[in-house]
Amino acid sequence: MGAKELGGRRDEADARDPKAEFERHGDDVRAWLSGRWTVEHAGSVEREMASLVDAAADCGRVLFDLSEIDRLDTLGAWVLDRTRHDFGAQGVAADFVGVRSEHHILLNEVAYRGFQPEPVKSSPGFRDLLADVGEAVVNAGRDFAHGVSFLGEVIAALTRVVVNPRRFRVPALTNQLEQIAFRGVPIIVLICFLVGCIVAQQGLFQLQRFGAQTFVVNLVGILVLRELGVLLTSIMVAGRSGAAFTAEIGSMKMREEIDALRVMGLDPIEVLIVPRILALVIGLPILAFLGSMAALLGAGLVAWIYGDIVPDVFLTRLKATIEFKTFLVGMIKAPFMALVIGLIASMEGMRVEGSAESLGRHVTSSVVKSIFMVIVLDGFFAMFFAAIRL
Amino acid sequence: MSAAFPSASASGVRAPHERDDEREVVIRVRDLEVGFGERLIMKGLDLDVYRGEILGFVGPSGQGKSVLTRAILGLVPKRAGSIEVFGENVDNMTESSRSEIERRWGVLFQQGALFSALTVRQNVQVPMREYLELSPRLLDELAMLKIEMVGLKPDAADKLPSELSGGMIKRASLARALSLDPEILFLDEPTSGLDPIGAGEFDELIATLQRTLGLTVFMVTHDLDSLYTVCDRIAALGDGRIIAHGPIDAMLASEDPWVRAYFHGKRARSAMSAGG
Repeated sequence: MGAKELGGRRDEADARDPKAEFERHGDDVRAWLSGRWTVEHAGSVEREMASLVDAAADCGRVLFDLSEIDRLDTLGAWVLDRTRHDFGAQGVAADFVGVRSEHHILLNEVAYRGFQPEPVKSSPGFRDLLADVGEAVVNAGRDFAHGVSFLGEVIAALTRVVVNPRRFRVPALTNQLEQIAFRGVPIIVLICFLVGCIVAQQGLFQLQRFGAQTFVVNLVGILVLRELGVLLTSIMVAGRSGAAFTAEIGSMKMREEIDALRVMGLDPIEVLIVPRILALVIGLPILAFLGSMAALLGAGLVAWIYGDIVPDVFLTRLKATIEFKTFLVGMIKAPFMALVIGLIASMEGMRVEGSAESLGRHVTSSVVKSIFMVIVLDGFFAMFFAAIRL
Repeated sequence: MSAAFPSASASGVRAPHERDDEREVVIRVRDLEVGFGERLIMKGLDLDVYRGEILGFVGPSGQGKSVLTRAILGLVPKRAGSIEVFGENVDNMTESSRSEIERRWGVLFQQGALFSALTVRQNVQVPMREYLELSPRLLDELAMLKIEMVGLKPDAADKLPSELSGGMIKRASLARALSLDPEILFLDEPTSGLDPIGAGEFDELIATLQRTLGLTVFMVTHDLDSLYTVCDRIAALGDGRIIAHGPIDAMLASEDPWVRAYFHGKRARSAMSAGG
C-alpha cells in the first residue's frame, strides 16, 4: 500500500526534489528514495535523511531502495552511506537494494569513514591578551635590533659598491629616481601647496585680531621650511614609494626571485635595495625642497588675496626673517627620513611569506611604521636642534 | 535522467569510436575569433566537446591553448563567433543562468590558483559555502571527502597553500574544482611540473574520477603520456584553428607537419611504446 501511495506521489510534476518515503512492517523499515540526490538539493537531502533517521531509530532493519533515484553525486552518495553507517553503529542493520551500476561505483568511491574534525581554536581570554602584549613588546625590540643589523648590511653593500664602482647599477638608480622623485612631483607639490594655503589662511585670521597680520610671513616661513615641507614630503613618500618597495620586494620574495638572485651569486641587497635607498636619499631632499617652495607659493597667494600683503612685501619680509640656517635645518633632515623609509620598506618586503595576505600585512605595516618613525625622528631632530640652539 | 551519468558505455567502458553525431555536445564552439590588440589568436575555430569524454588539447606553445580555455570560461572576451555550453549560447545568457552554468563546471588552473590566505580545507569549502545550504558537519565531511578523493592525506587539509609541494597544490586545486560535483572539468596543463610518477598517478586519478563521477574533461596538455593513456579524443590547435582532431590513431595518421612532428617525434615514440 505504501508503494501505491508512492506511485501516486511520483506522478506529480515536481519529481526532481529528493524524497524519502518509507513504510514500516513490524521491525523492518523499507525506504524508497527518489528524485535528485545532488548538491543543488543539498538542504533537502539532509532534511529528508534526518527525518528518515528519526522515524526509523528504534527498528531492527532498514532497506534503502535506490532504484528510483534520478541522479546521485558524491554529496548524495556520502549522505546515504553515512546514514547506513550511523544505523549500523546503533545496531540497526541497513542495506541498499536496487542500486544501479553507476551509483554502485559512486557509493564505493565515497565509502563512509570518520574524519578528524578541524582543530578548534580556543577563544581569546585575558591571558592571551597579556601574552599578545608581551609578544608585541618583544617583537618591537627585535624589530629595532633587526633594523640596526639591516642598516649594517646596507652600509656594507654600499661600501662594496663604492670600492668597486663597476658594480654600481646606474640604470636601476635612474629608474628608481624617476619612479620616486620625478613621478612624485605633481602630487607632493599639490599637497604642499594646499597645506601652505591653509596654514597661511588660519594664521592670517588669528593674527588679524592682534593687528599682527604681517607676522603670518614669519609663521609660514619658519613652519614650512623647518618642519612642514620635509615632514609632509616624507609622509607622502612613505605612503607612495615605501609601499611600492615593500610590495615589489615582497612579491619577488613570494615568487622566489630573491632566491634566484642569491643562487646567481648576486646580493639582493646590492641589486635591489641599495639603488632604491640611494634613490630615496637623493630624491626625497629634492622633493622636500620643491614641496617647501610650493607651500610658500600657496602661503604667498593666500596672504595676497586674504591679507592684502602684496608679493613684494611678502618676499621682503620672508628674506628678513628667514636665515639660511632655517632652510638648512629643514633640509638636513630629509636624507635621514629617506634612509628610515627605505630601510623599513625593504625590511618589511624581505619578510613577506607565501600568501597574498602576508604581502598585504607587510605593506600596511611598512607604511604605518615608516610614517611613525618619520614623525618620531622629526621630534628627535627638534630636540637636538633646540639643544645646540639652532 | 541519464544527464549526470551518460550511458554505461561512455562512462564505464570507453568507446572512442562511438559515432559523434549520436552523442550529446556539452561545449560547442563555432567560428571563434579572439585577439589582443593587433594580434589575432583564434580565427574561425570550431570545436565540439562531447559528454563523458576526456578531450586532450594540444598545440605549440604560444598558440593560444590557454586562451581558448579562458574564452570558453568567459575570462577573455571574444571578437566573433559563438560558444554554447550545455546547449545554451553564452552571449544570450542572463546573469542567473550564467552562474547556474558556472556551478556546473570546475577549473584547475595551471598554477593551482588556490587562495593563499585559506587552508586547503577552506579552499575546497569556498564554493560550497557560497552556493550550498549545508550543515557544518556535512560541509566539513564533504571537504575532507574531496581532499581524500584526490589522494591528499588528511593532515594536508589544514595546511596553507604555501606549505604544499607542486603536486599537492595540483591535487588540492583539483579537490576545489570538484567541490560542487561539476559536470565539466577544465584542466590547464594538469601534469606540468610533476615528476613522471606523480604525473602518471594524476592521469590515473583523472581517469578514475571521470569514470566514477561521469565527468566531461577538457584537458590542455603537453604531456604525451597523458594523451596516450587517458584521452579519448585529441584536438590539435594551429594557426588559430583546429588542424586535426580524433582519437590517437587519427592523430598518428594526420598529414599536418606539426601534428606529425609532435606525434612521431622521439619523445612520442617512447611514450607510445611505454603506453602500450
